[in-house]
Amino acid sequence: MNILVCLKQILDPEVPARDFHIDPAQREAERGAANLVTNIFCENALETALQFRERSGDARITALSYGPATAEETLRKALAMKADAAALVVNDGNPNPHPLTVARVLASAIRRLGQFDLIMLGREAGDWGAGQTGALLAEELGVPCVAFADSIERAGGHLRIRRQTEWGWEIVEAQMPVVVTITNDEHNVPRIPKVRDVMMSYRQLLTKWNASELGVDAGDGYYDVTDLFIPQKETRCEFAAGDTEEERAGAFAKRLAELTSTL
Amino acid sequence: MKDIAIILFASSGFDKAAQGLTGAARRLADEAGAKLRAIVVGATETVAEVARIADTVVVAGQPEMADYQPELCLNALTQICREISPAAVLLSNDTYSQEIAPRLAHRLAGSAVGDGIEIRMQGDTVRVVRQVYGGKAQAVLEMKRSPAVVWLRARAFAPAPARAAAGEIAGAVLDLKPDQRTRIVERKREETGEARLEDARVIVAGGRGVGSRDAFAAELQPLAEILGAQMAASRAACDAGWAPATWQVGQTGKKVAPDLYVAIGISGASQHMAGISEAKNVAAINTDAEAPIFKHCRFGIVGDYRKILPLVRQKLAAVAK
Repeated sequence: MNILVCLKQILDPEVPARDFHIDPAQREAERGAANLVTNIFCENALETALQFRERSGDARITALSYGPATAEETLRKALAMKADAAALVVNDGNPNPHPLTVARVLASAIRRLGQFDLIMLGREAGDWGAGQTGALLAEELGVPCVAFADSIERAGGHLRIRRQTEWGWEIVEAQMPVVVTITNDEHNVPRIPKVRDVMMSYRQLLTKWNASELGVDAGDGYYDVTDLFIPQKETRCEFAAGDTEEERAGAFAKRLAELTSTL
Repeated sequence: MKDIAIILFASSGFDKAAQGLTGAARRLADEAGAKLRAIVVGATETVAEVARIADTVVVAGQPEMADYQPELCLNALTQICREISPAAVLLSNDTYSQEIAPRLAHRLAGSAVGDGIEIRMQGDTVRVVRQVYGGKAQAVLEMKRSPAVVWLRARAFAPAPARAAAGEIAGAVLDLKPDQRTRIVERKREETGEARLEDARVIVAGGRGVGSRDAFAAELQPLAEILGAQMAASRAACDAGWAPATWQVGQTGKKVAPDLYVAIGISGASQHMAGISEAKNVAAINTDAEAPIFKHCRFGIVGDYRKILPLVRQKLAAVAK
């Protein structure tokens, strides 16, 4: 069985708000001193794929990324986590691609890489968080899509997918090929690769294309970012006052009671 | 002027999200001088509720539409939207709407955008405001293809009043072919015993600082009971297995809009704050006076919740008497 996992490299979302700046002209975040990391949901997707392979035995996992040349780091880490192969589509001239372009580039790369039974992506990325790439990729490939999954099992010739809903969860039976977007769960926390495997990953073959080579029609637009700004929100916190902890806790409780009684 | 359409899943009822979605769409339609056309998947009392606000209601009440199946539902909605040919299609931010919206946009040759907190129309141009970078920034997006398929943070929008005359209700004419490629075979509702977290008016939430699963049950739960609150957690607490995934609030969890959000042992990283930006009041207990959570608080207390909560509960119980 052939599994493909798409991974996106993003600006570290853990960067504190005070160190976060935007370039208003480019309408994009400034890199600043922030690290580049793999989007967490993409790592959850890879982890889910690795666990699937461990249980079913015969799966082969290919990692694919579309991004700047630095996204090679994301793929090296995927190889270190024990993906079988990796391919990078270098974004050579489309700063800020919208989700439809991303889906078309990924679809084009996937067709070049071969036939896949299961295509997995993170549910959204920690930078722009559009949450559309998986769904649009499914449409580009003409296959069904299941969103917000946290585990996948094989059941005969099809897949049994558990996915989260706002109420709880659902089990979806899916024929292959299928696109599945992955959300986080206590069972798919990404593994930390061994130091040796990290070193080995740099010796492994990595397929590399330029996006312009793929001949993808970016179309006449999807959406434009017309403004990007940091909202100014000033709330003054009233700290519970008092000489003892008991007094302070009492003051806090009083405010809670006042507020809830007026609701 | 092309119409504004909304899509409602009858299985959710005419809840706070459905009301917010309908309200947002009604105001948008009125401003644009357009008609509001509601599409209801499944036939229930939701139809009558939404007919009080929309100009027309199309009901996809076919038996095979009663239980949501992604491929069939997407196919049906594509047919209905092609018929209506709206300028914009608005949805709520429930699981099914989020799953289906970008695909619907793709089939209609439109553009999708999600998690909108504001939507405006100027002529035929639809602009949507949404949070990006985990709530650290906001972006205004201009949709380049039509229709604009937009899922909104629906509970954050005010409902619209009922109109004098009810909208016209009609059944959808659909050509449905069975699609067995995916099938939802089991649906499980976690027994929260309460309404959805997204609809809660008061929420007691715990984070990394809570320290253990037991502390959630022994310390936070009793406070939630006194306040009539629902329980929630930060991603750190959920990942640690101290709280179920359905409790997770934040950029990667639920987006909630309570009147009061009590954050205990939550530092207030922007990813968490992205989930509570629509909360009316935030209160926090944290050992670190410099924790970012206090920047978003109406009131707070610095200290160890293990010492503070028993005192707070005692005081609240006394007030209740």
